Amino acid sequence: MALPIYASPLERAWHYTYLVICALIFLFLIAPILIIIPLSFNAEAYFTFSEKMLRLDPEGYSLRWYDRLLTFGMVAPDAPRDAAWWSDVWHNASWVRAAKNSLIIGFFATLIATVLGTLAALGLSRPEMPFRRTIMAILISPMIVPIIITATGLFFFYSMVGLAHSYVGIILAHATLGIPFVIITVTATLVGFDQSLNRAAASLGASPTRTFFQVTMPLIMPGVISGALFAFVTSFDEVVVVLFVAAPEQQTIPRQMWNGIREQISPTILAIATILVAISVALLTVLELLRRRSERLRGLSPG
Amino acid sequence: MKRMLFLTSTLMCVGFAAAAQGELNIVSWGGAYGASQMEAYHKPYMALTGIKINSIDADNPATPIKAQVEAGNVSIDIADVEPSDLVRLCDEGALEVLPIDELPDGADGTPAADDFIEGGLYDCGVGTIVYSTLIAYRTDTGVAPTSSADFFDLEKFPGKRGLRKGAKYSLELALMADGVPPAEVYDVLGTPEGVDRAFAKLDTIKDQVIWWEAGAQPPQLLADGEVVMTTAYNGRIFNAMMEENQPFALLWPNQIYDFNLWVIPKGAPHKDAAWEFIKWSTDTQRLADQAGFISYGPARKSSSPLVGLFKDGKTEMGPHMPTNPDYVADALTTDIEFWADHDIELNERFNAWLAAS
Amino acid sequence: MADIPADQSAGIMRAADGRPLKVALARAQTRARRRAFLLVAPLLFFVLVTFVVPIGQMLHRSVHNPTFVDNMPQVAAWFRDTPAGTEPDEAALAALIAYLAAAAEARTIGAVGTRVNYEMQGTRSLFTAAGRRAGRLEAPYREALLDIDAKWGDPALWSTMRQVSTAYTANFYLAAVDRTRDLDGSVTRVAPDRAVYLTLFQRTFLLSALITFLCLLLGFPIAHLLATLPLRYSNLLMILVLLPFWTSLLVRTTAWMVILQGQGVLNNALVSLGIIGDTGRVELMYNQAGTVIAMTHILLPFMVLPLYSVMRTINPSYVRAARSLGATSWTAFRRVYLPQTLPGIGAGSLLVFILAVGYYITPALVGGASGQLISNLIAFHMQNSLNWSLAAALAALLLAAVLALYWLYDRLVGVDNMKLG
Repeated sequence: MALPIYASPLERAWHYTYLVICALIFLFLIAPILIIIPLSFNAEAYFTFSEKMLRLDPEGYSLRWYDRLLTFGMVAPDAPRDAAWWSDVWHNASWVRAAKNSLIIGFFATLIATVLGTLAALGLSRPEMPFRRTIMAILISPMIVPIIITATGLFFFYSMVGLAHSYVGIILAHATLGIPFVIITVTATLVGFDQSLNRAAASLGASPTRTFFQVTMPLIMPGVISGALFAFVTSFDEVVVVLFVAAPEQQTIPRQMWNGIREQISPTILAIATILVAISVALLTVLELLRRRSERLRGLSPG
Repeated sequence: MKRMLFLTSTLMCVGFAAAAQGELNIVSWGGAYGASQMEAYHKPYMALTGIKINSIDADNPATPIKAQVEAGNVSIDIADVEPSDLVRLCDEGALEVLPIDELPDGADGTPAADDFIEGGLYDCGVGTIVYSTLIAYRTDTGVAPTSSADFFDLEKFPGKRGLRKGAKYSLELALMADGVPPAEVYDVLGTPEGVDRAFAKLDTIKDQVIWWEAGAQPPQLLADGEVVMTTAYNGRIFNAMMEENQPFALLWPNQIYDFNLWVIPKGAPHKDAAWEFIKWSTDTQRLADQAGFISYGPARKSSSPLVGLFKDGKTEMGPHMPTNPDYVADALTTDIEFWADHDIELNERFNAWLAAS
Repeated sequence: MADIPADQSAGIMRAADGRPLKVALARAQTRARRRAFLLVAPLLFFVLVTFVVPIGQMLHRSVHNPTFVDNMPQVAAWFRDTPAGTEPDEAALAALIAYLAAAAEARTIGAVGTRVNYEMQGTRSLFTAAGRRAGRLEAPYREALLDIDAKWGDPALWSTMRQVSTAYTANFYLAAVDRTRDLDGSVTRVAPDRAVYLTLFQRTFLLSALITFLCLLLGFPIAHLLATLPLRYSNLLMILVLLPFWTSLLVRTTAWMVILQGQGVLNNALVSLGIIGDTGRVELMYNQAGTVIAMTHILLPFMVLPLYSVMRTINPSYVRAARSLGATSWTAFRRVYLPQTLPGIGAGSLLVFILAVGYYITPALVGGASGQLISNLIAFHMQNSLNWSLAAALAALLLAAVLALYWLYDRLVGVDNMKLG
């Protein structure tokens, strides 16, 4: 991106303007996410930086909103913080229950989406696959069809077959929503996959199963894991289907946030938001490491 | 795959087992009102019977009922609804018909049928509170509105307004602000010209309105300074004033009265337990108890003498109740039949009006 | 060697087991195809059951509403057997009254009234009122009904009842495009003060187009920067694009609410810097501005990623060649670089547009009244008004638009070329 030596002064000026514009756009992208982090430590119940916060006075900061995440919904939040208190948190605190639900639903949805999605991606990337394009289009469509339409359809269908208000119903729905991501990432990995490796394994006497687990699998693993991460995040972030088909027992984190945002956006919402941002950062790191590993395995130049 | 099926079916069983032990899913309006029900009814009842009560919040608890009944999967045992929704749902067969003669007599011996304030007892529902929708405003803007007309006066009172998103309450308020006496509001609103007149009045502030949906939103909008005036439920504003020392005040003239009632959706999973809860929670003492947590009037006449102080132990509730004689003179009582019949068409018109910018 | 088939000499190749090679190859290919298909089959079945069937079933609802037929079968039968415009006779009225009484008893009268009310405003109360008194009515029934309400003599009411007396109807699609049937059954526009859906479809597409344009405007420069920087730097900067992409939608929406509120971070900063007065706070939320700003932010990564992957493949020597041939930097950009990015622009724009037209959460939270999109109205009819057939009809129209765009995307870009980070 360095300027060529023959650049005119006008071009130079434009070049620096361009860099400033880019910096502003990056700021636009990242600032909203960063701004909520300090605000979640606000000692006051407001969404602006108090003077104490700006002066970096420790009194302006507090963990009270994080504490609220634990105490909200408890039977006896003011009891002394002993084992009974923590058991109360574990069983009754709304956000803790929501987190448990999110993890359970996310885990099973990811499992289904990843297993079925990876198998299908293996089939789809074989050159002899019939109706490849059409089938691919159908399998990707859950990502494209507006979520409100999916949720509406599921509401009627689940009511008819008795899956509404059940964990299974939400898990199946979230698995469906996560599948396109698994297909996309795994097929992308398989594009660079050398099919002659499979043939070599077969000619050396390996059964197809053994070939899959010992040759194919390790090579496409980074793609599978990043697909699984996408599927998990999709489930972890999904609120509309939960709004339409879940019962109160299946309240998830986004569902709880939805309530909180509409009723009272107290900084508690910012506290949970900050935790979610931290989780995204962790996931992103894992993904980046996987990408590097994948590039190394496939002999591409490291980034 | 098998293992997963096994795990998920175990999960389901756990879910069912928990539900079988005696739980009640009660849907209400959330916020300070939901909290008052939690304190006055749910917590004592859980302690008394060991039944676990799940309190669920909704913008309007009537809306999930119809959806659940029609779709054939009801998870709600009890919902807290407005009378107009009750009549509508009852007509459509979405509610259980209750044996209301089983309700306990009032503490003074009056039979339940006579003890409830008129409009507080139906064959599909039992009243708990009388509340009012009225104008709330910030007291720190320097000028205080004195009538509903001031709500529409953007010159004297500049700033954003909050209104409940929907035809109900908005149209009545607009007509009263336009000079229609409360007694004639529904006659006027029953004519096409009256509806036009109400919308024309709303037009004058349309671009200054922030529409709220959940009852907890207006106190928040006022507290954040997003609006200077808003329609609100009186109890929510009262609690924000008492508990958070917010600089709010209420404008009692032209308040719009209504009830809230317990109903049981048709096919509720714990129908009998739900009815037991309703019988218990609507006796004289329990209804009076709730008034100690929020400034809503009890639906039984026999409860009124028992209403004491706010939970802070010093505030008399009387002056904050919508039923206070000083406030009822030019109050409007919501016409239940009118809204049961016109809800759909007026809301369609309202949506069209809202969408046209 | 005597049993060598005679056609060997004709040049037909054979596999080891003696079958003609062509047949063996075809069979092997069939087997390979079947194997490939079997790998895909479980997922295809899964998606059909958990996704395609539910949506199909919902679409069925948009043309199927049997409320009237189910509750008043004999009345519906009378409508079916008589030509349009027939005056109801006493037998038909007797059947109607009997069903009104039965429906009132079974508490389904409200449902029937609501169904008729969808097509003709203000008729619900006719049914509930008549139902309450139907048990006591005596012949002649015509007079008895008119006695309850003169509207029972209105031909428009009977024409409407005739329309709803069939289970299958296209009327919900008419309603979804602000049309209705008049007395003689021909299609007309609804009164302007009731028209809402066309406006909302139009707004949804206009706002989505605006958001797509803004995403392109903001996405193009940074995608270009990312594609031309050395990998070391661009990978770092890429995190700034990927982090929002991986952050919860609700978190990002909340963040914008915190920033854009009247008393929010942005307005407070502007006030304390003295740029605006305390009374002149900018309204950025609960209106279209809020929807556009928040959605642009949320959808921007979907524009940057496809642009970036196309720009990475553009050989910088083309632009240098153009420059060396005398083109100004602007000409070189416009005539040489830009055309090569078109596939990325197309892919990103289509993806952002498709995702934008179906957005629900963000407009619901920051859009106020003027920033609502068609999805919000579908949700309204699903959850508040409970006119599910109308919700399904609106959903069908939206789905048709999205699928058409998706088909276009598949033709132009190919779904298998979709990249995620």
